[in-house]
Formats: sequence, structure tokens, C-alpha cells
Amino acid sequence: MSDAMTQERPAEPKATANVILDVEDLKIHFPVYGGLIQKQVGAVKAVDGVSFQVFEGETLGLVGESGCGKSTTGLAVLRMLPVTAGRIVFEGVNITHHDQKQMRPIRRRMQMVYQDPFGSLDPRMTVGEIVGEPLVIHKLHGEKKERRERVMSLLEMVGLRHDMIDRYPHQFSGGQRQRISIARALAVEPRLLICDEPVSALDVSIQAQVVNLFQELQERLGISSIFVAHDLAVVRHVSQRIAVMYLGTIVEISSRDELYANPKHPYTQALMAAIPVANPVIEAARAHQIITGEVPSAQRPPPGCRFHPRCVHAMPICSEQTPELKNHGSSKVACHLF
Amino acid sequence: MAEITTDTGVGVRPALARKPSAFLEFFSRLFREKPLGAIGAVVCLIFLFAGIFADLLAPYGFNLIMPINRMKPPSLQFWFGTDNLGRDIFSRILYGARLSVIIGLSAALLATVLSILLGITTGYLGGRFDMIVQRFVDAWMSFPDIVILIVVVSVVGPGMPQVIVVLGCLYGIAGSRIIRSAVISVREQSYIHAAQSIGGTTPRILWYHVLPNVMPPVIVLFTTRVGAVILAEAALSFLGLGVPPPAPTWGGMLTGSARNYMYLAPWMALAPGICLTLVVFSINMFGDALRDLLDPRMRGHR
Repeated sequence: MSDAMTQERPAEPKATANVILDVEDLKIHFPVYGGLIQKQVGAVKAVDGVSFQVFEGETLGLVGESGCGKSTTGLAVLRMLPVTAGRIVFEGVNITHHDQKQMRPIRRRMQMVYQDPFGSLDPRMTVGEIVGEPLVIHKLHGEKKERRERVMSLLEMVGLRHDMIDRYPHQFSGGQRQRISIARALAVEPRLLICDEPVSALDVSIQAQVVNLFQELQERLGISSIFVAHDLAVVRHVSQRIAVMYLGTIVEISSRDELYANPKHPYTQALMAAIPVANPVIEAARAHQIITGEVPSAQRPPPGCRFHPRCVHAMPICSEQTPELKNHGSSKVACHLF
Repeated sequence: MAEITTDTGVGVRPALARKPSAFLEFFSRLFREKPLGAIGAVVCLIFLFAGIFADLLAPYGFNLIMPINRMKPPSLQFWFGTDNLGRDIFSRILYGARLSVIIGLSAALLATVLSILLGITTGYLGGRFDMIVQRFVDAWMSFPDIVILIVVVSVVGPGMPQVIVVLGCLYGIAGSRIIRSAVISVREQSYIHAAQSIGGTTPRILWYHVLPNVMPPVIVLFTTRVGAVILAEAALSFLGLGVPPPAPTWGGMLTGSARNYMYLAPWMALAPGICLTLVVFSINMFGDALRDLLDPRMRGHR
């Protein structure tokens, strides 16, 4: 990736930073129906007791393998999914049980960028209509001409030419479409941006550009964000703090530098060990720790620590007692080893 | 794009100016990119005008019986020949165009609107609402069409408005399934999700996102329905439940006495048959062209 990717950002948010989003013991269970009369026979526990905070102006990375509930967490924060249990407090307002009508004014404050740059833009609308839509919905820049100018300045902000406003999405490349998506999310000046794997569908060279754009815009506008990804290199680059998820729970949260320098949870350690090193000599020489086995079903998670069937350090207690997320040094870990 | 080279950004205006007439541009594109569709549109227009101005164009009255000229083959005097009662077929075709085209277009329009309303709401909202409404659709579709027609017409009596409403409802309710399935596939697209997360209301999402994206099947549904309705009206007229005679409809001309004199005077069936085929084919071609032209992804393609 480019030079800009190696530029490090200040690792810790300001000490006095305010909490913008507080998620407490969030549970999202999807009911499973079966049998003749379609009775509920179980639930997929996509997110099962997740707690984290996002501070003003910081980026929280959310990593984990596919199916661990990281995207579901993002969608739940937007209240796009029914919450089974827990509490979501956004800007001091408990939005856990808001209905769609109550959510409408709040949606202006939090916006989302999607993974799929080809599906997330309505193919029948021009870029101007797409980026202007949040403005119309939230009745900002009511006059047509004024709105158009706002859309043009947004397009320039994300690195597109303002005369592209009358084009259709299919005339753009994946990276450009993701820029349009970002422009749409920024149109209403949100305070929280939820990015659901925004670069994973792009080429590596384009990824770097879009990631840099994210950083630049965030620094300029001071937006907080949750950055969901499975690419550890990208997450390291954009986030100040990182939460590692496994099978619906957070196993470790810490500042970026701490997490990469000193991973504590065995799962995090295994993830870090899986990042290839660019130098082939070092790569061949270093020890590889491979996680064996499959991810257990989220419908029937293992008792105790969810990682214990695959953990190299598993102890008897691991299969009996669920470890809590506890402070350990500057980070929080959910593991009986600590 | 040469004029937009300055770097001042927002202040630059050229992109602000809209093109003078989207309507004219559409027609020039229709003729340039879709010649077959353009021909279809022209043929449809010709028949429409023939119907509207039948009074002026028809050389004879539609019910003017000339016993001397029974079953005359096409000639200069009678362009499409005459029928078994000695009526000029060309004149009857012109008057028939009025009824058939009006019935065809309005019943198909009614059917399409009904299909859209039912299909979009059930497909998008889903769940229990979809379950209940679609079971009613099942029940409706399980009745033979002809039974519903006979019941309705025997209660309110035969006539054009009844025929339009009955045929519109018949095809509309059945067609809602097609729209519904298209809506279900659109509903799962992430741009719909994006619109929801932005805070768009359901009516807004249905109108601005779902409807434009199900337009291709809607247009195809409409154009095929026009032909089906004209033919269904013929079947109704044959049973005496359609537009009552002596008013000429193409369907009536095709199925009535034309059958009995098929070998003696084939032109009696040929003229309305060809006109019917021509109109249905033209509308289909025009519909296809319309579908492609309205799709931004097809811009600049043939």
C-alpha cells in the first residue's frame, strides 16, 4: 500500500473525549422456526452480550472472521435489526426501543457505508439524486439549486468531479462508487459513521485510496466511526481502538498499538500470527500458530468460553465458566488466563 | 466538458443547467436507437387516430347493410371486402379500432395499476400481510375467469365499462404475482437497505426505489396484457357478454359469423385478425423499446 498507509496516527483519543455511543450487553438473536406448526425451536445468537463504547472523534475497529457478528453489531447500532436484549445509548439517548418514526431524526446523526459498492447505489438514480436523497429526507437544503450545489461540493470532498453529478452509478468504477456512498453518508453531517467492510470489495490499490479518504475526512470533520472489517492491515491503519469479536462476543478490546504489539487473548494472538510478513525470509522462519477446527454453530455455542474448543491454552474452567471482559493493563480481555 | 476546467468547485454552473426537453430527447433516442420500437409506436398511433376519427375516415357506416354487396372480396370500392350482411369491413375495422383499442388500453392500464399496487405492497411489506393478501389472490385465480365474467355481467348487464373493469381486475390480480416476485428480489438489494438506514419512509422507498426498479416487468406486463384483453373481449363478445352488437369490435368480427363463412369469404376473418396481430405486435415492440430506453444502464446501447 502507499506511503500514506504507513503514516501513523495518534493512538489514543483525547483523555477527555466524550462517549458518543455506549453499547451495553447487546444481544441479537434470530429466531429459528421448525416443525409442523412453525414453532420457535431455537435462535441463532449472532450477537450475544457485546459491550463497547465509541468516543467522540475516534474510530473503533471491529474485527473477526465471517459470521462472528461484527456486521450484525453495526446494523443493530443503526437499529436496523430488532434488539433481543441490551442497551444502545447514542449521544446520551437510549435508542434501544425507539420505533422507526422515533429513529428518523436520529438517523441523521448516524449514517452507514456499505460493503457492496455495486448494490448499495440505486441503478435508476443519478449520482445527484443518490447523494441528495438524505438531504431531501431530512429536509435540509430544501431548495433544488441549493441542494445541487451542496451535492457538488460533497462530490468534490470525496475526490470526484462535480460535473459527474448527472451520471448513473453504472458509469463508475468500484472505488468511485464507494466514494459516492461516502458522500451520501456525509451529506447530512452525521456524528457517527458505521462502515460495514467498506473496502473489502475493492482492489488493494483502490482500498488504500479509499482508506486514506476515510482518514482524511474523519480528521477534517471529527466524525466518530465504527469500522467493521476482517482485514487486519486496514483496521490497523484506520482505527485508534480495536475490538476483536469471536462468535457473537468481544474477546478483547484495546488500543491499536497495544493490540498489535501485545495481543492477549489466544484468539487475537492467532489472528495476529496469521498476518503474513512482507519479507519472505522472516515469513518462512517465524512460527505459525494455526487455529484448528471449525467455528461452532452460533445456534448452539459451546458452554463456557466460546473459543475453548479451538484454544491451545484451554483449561478445565474454560468449558464451565464464561469469562468476563475484564480490564488487564490498558486493554480489556475476556479470558481465564488473565 | 471543455468548459468545466476551472477548479473553483461549487461556483461552476454548466452542470446545473438541465437539458431543454427530456421529452424531445426521448423521441429522438427512440428513433435512433430502437427503430423497431419507433415503428411500433407509429403503428399504435395510426390505429389510435383511426379509432378516434373513425367518423370522418370510414367510407360507410359501421352498420350500413348493403344486401346487394354481400361477401364481396376486397376491391377498390370495399377495401377489405364486405361481410355476410353486406357491411363494409374497412369501416367496421375503423370503428372497431375505437372500441378494441379503448378497451385494450384501459383494461390493461387498470390491470397494471392493480398489479403494481398489490404486488409492491405485498412483496415489500411481506410477512403476515403478504400471506393473507396472497391467499385471496390464490382464491381469485382458482376461479375460472369465465365464471367470474358471467356472474358480474349477468348482475350489471353487458357493456364496455363492465368489460373494462372485469378484465382489468381479472388480469390485474393474477399479474400481481409477477410484480411481487420482482419486488422481492429488489427488496433485498442493499440500496433499499441504504434508503431505510438514511431514514426514508416506506411510501418514499416504494415510490422512488422499488417502483423504478420493477419497471421492466411492469412494462412487459402492460404490453402483453393489451393483446390479451383485446382477445378476451372477443371471447366475451362471442358469448354475448361483451360489447353488445351491432357495435363492431375486432374480437366480435373475428369470432362471429366470420367463422361460418371461413371458406366462402376468408377476408371477413383476415382483416380483423391482421389488425389485431399488428396492434399487439406493435405494442410489444414499443414496450420493449420503452423498457430499454428507460434503463440508464442501456444508454448508448442498441
